[in-house]
Amino acid sequence: MAGMTIVEKILARNSGEEHVKPGDFVVVDVDVAVMLDMSFLATERHNILKVHDPDKIAVVFDHMVPAADKRSAEAHAYGRDFVRRFGIRRFHDVGPEQGISHAVVADRAYALPGTLLVCSDSHTCASGAFNCAARGVGAPDLLAAITTGKTWFRVGETIRYDLSGGLRLGVSAKDVFLHLAGTWGHHTNQNVEFGGPALPELGIDARRTLAAMGAELSAEFATFEPDDRLIDYVRERNPAHFEPQYPDADVNYAERREVKLDDIRPLVALPDAVIRNSVAVSEVAGVPIQQAFIGSCANGTLEDLAEAARVVKGRKVAPGVRFLVTPATQAVFNAALRWGYVATLMEAGAVVTPATCGACFGGHMGVLGPGETCITASTRNFKGRMGDPSARIYMASPATVAASAIAGRIAAAAEITGDAD
Amino acid sequence: MISGKVWKFGDNINTDLMLPGPLLFGTEAEQKRAVFSANRPGWVDQVQAGDIIVGGLNYGMGSSRPAARSLRNLGIAALFAESINGLFLRNAVNFGLLALECPGIYAAFDEGQTAELSLEDFTVRNCSTGVLLKAQRVPGVLLDMMLHGGLYPHLEQQGFIEPRAAGS
Repeated sequence: MAGMTIVEKILARNSGEEHVKPGDFVVVDVDVAVMLDMSFLATERHNILKVHDPDKIAVVFDHMVPAADKRSAEAHAYGRDFVRRFGIRRFHDVGPEQGISHAVVADRAYALPGTLLVCSDSHTCASGAFNCAARGVGAPDLLAAITTGKTWFRVGETIRYDLSGGLRLGVSAKDVFLHLAGTWGHHTNQNVEFGGPALPELGIDARRTLAAMGAELSAEFATFEPDDRLIDYVRERNPAHFEPQYPDADVNYAERREVKLDDIRPLVALPDAVIRNSVAVSEVAGVPIQQAFIGSCANGTLEDLAEAARVVKGRKVAPGVRFLVTPATQAVFNAALRWGYVATLMEAGAVVTPATCGACFGGHMGVLGPGETCITASTRNFKGRMGDPSARIYMASPATVAASAIAGRIAAAAEITGDAD
Repeated sequence: MISGKVWKFGDNINTDLMLPGPLLFGTEAEQKRAVFSANRPGWVDQVQAGDIIVGGLNYGMGSSRPAARSLRNLGIAALFAESINGLFLRNAVNFGLLALECPGIYAAFDEGQTAELSLEDFTVRNCSTGVLLKAQRVPGVLLDMMLHGGLYPHLEQQGFIEPRAAGS
């Protein structure tokens, strides 16, 4: 019997099986189920009569915070009542604990290594950074998880990415993702596992970016190997006991691919898709933009804001460009204030918004109009994603987006800062 | 036996094309009117109940939004694709849309031809050319939900959630 991957081990543990393998169908216990404000929309919600365990539920309002219209305000009110009715302790309403659910889960270490977490948002895989089998499910699946404590998975085969070397100045995890999506395309029905000698040098925020973008590889689970840095991060934030999971030495991956981080240069995905759609920044340099956006569960981390601030420091956003920055949580916003990043961004001319999914899904706080061009450091550049379907959305790293905001056209960060490429 | 007229869509068809973001707050009736409005405007006026969608690789990548429900509400009898995103497949199960992976399907059909599926042996036949393909089986419990209204009825029967009033 072949060894197991990280995710296979967690699925085995949570299904009570000794061993699971690709092709298996498993019913598993859910350790944490995260509900969103979208879970309580009048047009979507169902009246929940009982829950399995209120302490395994977290409720995070994130898509429309603060309430952007009457429908979201009504959903928030209903959700607050739900939280009271079932005595849910982990509740993140509009306020200082507000944020994008996956980022709140990260800030508070709700996703423990070796456990299983679901949420009705596709970027739930972001918590794979924490050695957690985390997966976006449908709204009905989430209701089943909350009420029965269980969900199901089909076990996919696994592609293992071994990261080696180190990222160059101005190159970030987003560029690594654009490299993976551009080189290998979609990973439908496959799990993605990250590890390798570069891991200790890769910050938790960078791992979160890569894991979140696993959804854009169309992967099932996207999971990182644990290391001391991760375990320390979790222990500082959550006193609960956990057992990190490592892949077995004799595991059979569908394929093992080495990613040399030194070789990666800043990339941009052309509008409408990320699958095999990445080009060097130089190939699209000069394309005029009207909006530049940094935010979302993938790129609203403190590291992302720091990188944006580094690029724009002492410079001014080009006339005619709206530069919007949305920290992923209010805690990140607060940390960015303390580090001076918010002042730097605002002095350059950026609008720094409260934490929300906001512009990333075209909900509010930066919706695009007809024919506009945006460069975004967020999760998706699908046609119509951020507003009008005629808008063109380029996707890049926070550094490239910040540089483009200054230039008024797509530009490489090195061109703006004068650093050697 | 399930048979219907084929509409073809290519690789990497994403959820936002089937259910655009602004419609997330709309009713099911509004949502189904917006299917493919960005990439194929007017399609919802042409498609008829009982029709079949044939897709390419990675069908349904993207969001957890209930895009599969809009296809079901348009009366799509079945969706076959070279491969199907895992989250979209979950929502096909959740909302009662028959969606099966079927390697070779994209090249085997031209738009407008008739596809016929046998659930006994999971074969898909092109009634115009006679070409026969094998769809991939899904676990019985999932197939049952695809065919019989999805997951909510189960949660209602078990007393976990309250049945919603029709049309609400």
